[in-house]
Amino acid sequence: MKVTDIVKALDLKVFSGEGGLDRDVSGGYVSDLLSDVMGNADTGQVWLTLQTHKNVMAIASLKDLAAVILVGGHKPDENTAMQSNEEDIPVLGTNLPAFDICGKLYELIYNT
Amino acid sequence: MAERMQFEYNVDGGNFTRAGYASSEIKKILKKLNVDLAVIKRTVVASYEGEVNIVAHAYSGTIYVDIDTERIRIRLQDEGPGIPDIDKAMEEGFSTASSQVREMGFGAGMGLPNMKKNTDRMEITSEVGKGTTVEIEIVLK
Repeated sequence: MKVTDIVKALDLKVFSGEGGLDRDVSGGYVSDLLSDVMGNADTGQVWLTLQTHKNVMAIASLKDLAAVILVGGHKPDENTAMQSNEEDIPVLGTNLPAFDICGKLYELIYNT
Repeated sequence: MAERMQFEYNVDGGNFTRAGYASSEIKKILKKLNVDLAVIKRTVVASYEGEVNIVAHAYSGTIYVDIDTERIRIRLQDEGPGIPDIDKAMEEGFSTASSQVREMGFGAGMGLPNMKKNTDRMEITSEVGKGTTVEIEIVLK
């Protein structure tokens, strides 16, 4: 499954990093604690968070994550979007709260 | 590859927009050297946590990287408040980070434990009022 498949199926907004929409997705990780993501997320996962600052992209890049989904209507900071474009790691968005979008994403990745 | 390579990076205390830059450079170097991916992952987790600790707690610091055919050694040396109780600092969940830093999702008390978990050796020396040095080593297989 590619990032673009998730965008279409879950009707996500693409804020930035369009160049990375064809990245492969291996699974997902949800956390707002950056050290938790650093320590426990894995390559190719989609990261769901409400953190919007630039350090999110530093972690996404260092961990080779497939994309970031900002939950609950959050939008990326300007420099977050800029780094997302440089790294080709998409920042996506949804108005749904974390629980709801996680459920949909889990269903999509594991049950379709 | 050359027998031994050494690099150093300056880190500004408080400058979160640049946090992760040094770790990103280290990752690029290790990739170029064709280091095993699992080793790169562990090294990057440890170096990023150490880098963020300097940004979050110290006034300034330097990251010294020393790579040879046997191991990767990273020394993160800062000028800062120092750590009064290193055992306490190593406890998972313990943090002295400011509320501002915590709001960003840092300061969960997982940084030093993450560094320990991902390295083969780790040593902390610190002097209150002067600064802290964390040395980590990852063995190359």
